[in-house]
Amino acid sequence: MNYKLIVDIARSLLLARWRQSLVAAIGVTFSITMFIALLGFMNGLNDLLDGLILNRTPHVRLFNEIKPNPKQPVDQSADFKNSHNFIRSVKSSGVRVEISNSAAIMQALKTDPRVLGLAPKITAPVLYNSGTIDITGAVSGIDVIAESNLFFFSDYVTTGEPLDLKNISNSIVLGKGVAEKLLVDIGDVVQVTTSKGDRLPLKVVGFFESGIRDFDKVQSFASMATTQKLLRQSNSYVTDIQIKLKNLDQAPVVAKEYAQLFQTDAEDIQTANSQFETGSFVRTLISYVVGITLLIVAGFGIYNILNMMIYEKMDTIAILKATGFSGGDVRKIFLGIALTIGFLGGLLGLVFGFLLSLLIDQIPFNTAALPTIKTYPVNYNPVFYIIGIVFALITTYLAGFFPARKASAVDPVIIIRGK
Amino acid sequence: MTIRNQPLIMTQTVLQSRGINKYFKDPVRVQVLKNIGFSVNQGEFVSVTGKSGCGKSTLLYILSTMDTDYEGDLLIDGDLMRGKSEGQLARIRNEKIGFVFQFHYLLNEFTVLKNVMLPGLKLQKYPEAEVEHRAMERLKTLGIAELAAKKANQLSGGEKQRVAIARALINDPIIIMGDEPTGNLDKKNSDIVFDIFKQLCEEFKQTLLIVTHDQSFAGNTNRIIEMEDGQIIHE
Ligand SMILES: Nc1ncnc2c1ncn2[C@@H]1O[C@H](COP(=O)(O)OP(=O)(O)O)[C@@H](O)[C@H]1O
Ligand SMILES: [Mg+2]
Repeated sequence: MNYKLIVDIARSLLLARWRQSLVAAIGVTFSITMFIALLGFMNGLNDLLDGLILNRTPHVRLFNEIKPNPKQPVDQSADFKNSHNFIRSVKSSGVRVEISNSAAIMQALKTDPRVLGLAPKITAPVLYNSGTIDITGAVSGIDVIAESNLFFFSDYVTTGEPLDLKNISNSIVLGKGVAEKLLVDIGDVVQVTTSKGDRLPLKVVGFFESGIRDFDKVQSFASMATTQKLLRQSNSYVTDIQIKLKNLDQAPVVAKEYAQLFQTDAEDIQTANSQFETGSFVRTLISYVVGITLLIVAGFGIYNILNMMIYEKMDTIAILKATGFSGGDVRKIFLGIALTIGFLGGLLGLVFGFLLSLLIDQIPFNTAALPTIKTYPVNYNPVFYIIGIVFALITTYLAGFFPARKASAVDPVIIIRGK
Repeated sequence: MTIRNQPLIMTQTVLQSRGINKYFKDPVRVQVLKNIGFSVNQGEFVSVTGKSGCGKSTLLYILSTMDTDYEGDLLIDGDLMRGKSEGQLARIRNEKIGFVFQFHYLLNEFTVLKNVMLPGLKLQKYPEAEVEHRAMERLKTLGIAELAAKKANQLSGGEKQRVAIARALINDPIIIMGDEPTGNLDKKNSDIVFDIFKQLCEEFKQTLLIVTHDQSFAGNTNRIIEMEDGQIIHE
């Protein structure tokens, strides 16, 4: 097949009607521009909102859940082996929230090639005392450096120096909400009481803003050593081991494996935050629906213009057929016209979509909840651009298909006779 | 110019029709062609005449393979047309038939030269440069070489028809068919076109089958086929 000739003829027909062709192409350009900008923006938002939780959530978390012993004495008695046992008011007992042998576990984890990094943690429910008021809350004992590397801890310390937590003993970073309730400032001292009644004065070195207000109203951070001291525990005391994997999708499998291996509870990120996937999914869906709707509208534009062109070019089609071009050749010519409009319009749409994304990226977006964000978030994933151009080509192909088929079926005898 | 290598046997049959019947079913079934049978030999200049409405154009569309809805046999270059696909027929039109219409039918999007080249480019027998060279040769033969770069819609009627003849010649067809090619031209241009046909026939042994109701035109051809009411009444 002589594609050069087909392309040559298609181009000539296109140029002969360049004004209409341009309008059709602009329709495609507009759709693709909106599609790219919308997907980029929506996904930027997705990343941001996911980041709010997912950035700070370990992929796998090892801990000991407080729960009743699954092996109750009655189950072990030979007398009742074949009976169904009803036991009411079983109490949890003898379970330690401490992860035993945590140092050995961490050593083992560090050698696992799937693990990107890990950070130990101690969670301790506490009361903050300030004057006459007591506020319930929680202090997390963290390894500041590991926590910052893996979970961006320092990004969220909006006031103060996060490393002071490590360098200054008996220091604390308060959640912004906690600080507001306690009316304390950097350098002040807060009294913290554990559930066992032990009290320790801690110096405030910073404020923490996660973007989730309820969280900031209860949560504070101290170093591992300070927290161990607060709880009167040894320096091997760890309640959680937070693990970040190289591949997030492996989390459920790895969690199961570790639960077996280390005899602790293990929770994966997918189970912990399933609702966030739903939100992301809906936003992405909306972008696609809007983009495709715009493309369909543009497709109708192309359809109309091709139909008009075929109507005007009946003589041309008849003469091509009379001089030896087959119906298939004629169909290819008109499909070529449609695809050219789609490709050029789509390509321009990608460029404009990118420019519009850059523009959105410049719009200031300041919110107290998101301290690290200064402008609207935009995602520049090249996959959107590939999908955009593929959609443009598919739509124009479909829009060109029926007009092209009509053109290929033109009977030259009727046209030539009709003169 | 060398239009084609002439076979030694001059009586070779180029086109043959056998018992061709054609009906139009709209609005009632009417038979417009009745048992048309004749053949055209290599090098002949044949004219088909008859009153308007007697079926000349209808016959020519069938002979040119554009109309496939008929009874009877059509052989071009000894090859039976029945049962051939649309694509195969397009190929035969491209390669073996040159068509000249009453209303010029050039493509206004293209230059004169490109109009002449298009069927040659489609055939792909020669590379593009060679097709261009051959197109120029034919334009020169027809005395319109200086029009090559013009757009088709900038030409006069007589010029357009000469371009159409050049286009019909580009692939060295075994036969040129014309449906009243001078019907839309004044006397002077009609004479020019006729002289071209005559020249093609005499100098290059080009076979021609031309429908006309111009008696003086027909009178100057080798052979006249006269039709009436869808039948050949006189040869
Ligand atoms: N599509 C058609 N449907 C019905 N009748 C037709 C059609 N085309 C032509 N005819 C009729 O067929 C006859 C032959 O037409 P045509 O071949 O064009 O005659 P000519 O070319 O000799 O003037 C005429 O009577 C014409 O009215
Ligand atoms: Mg006629």
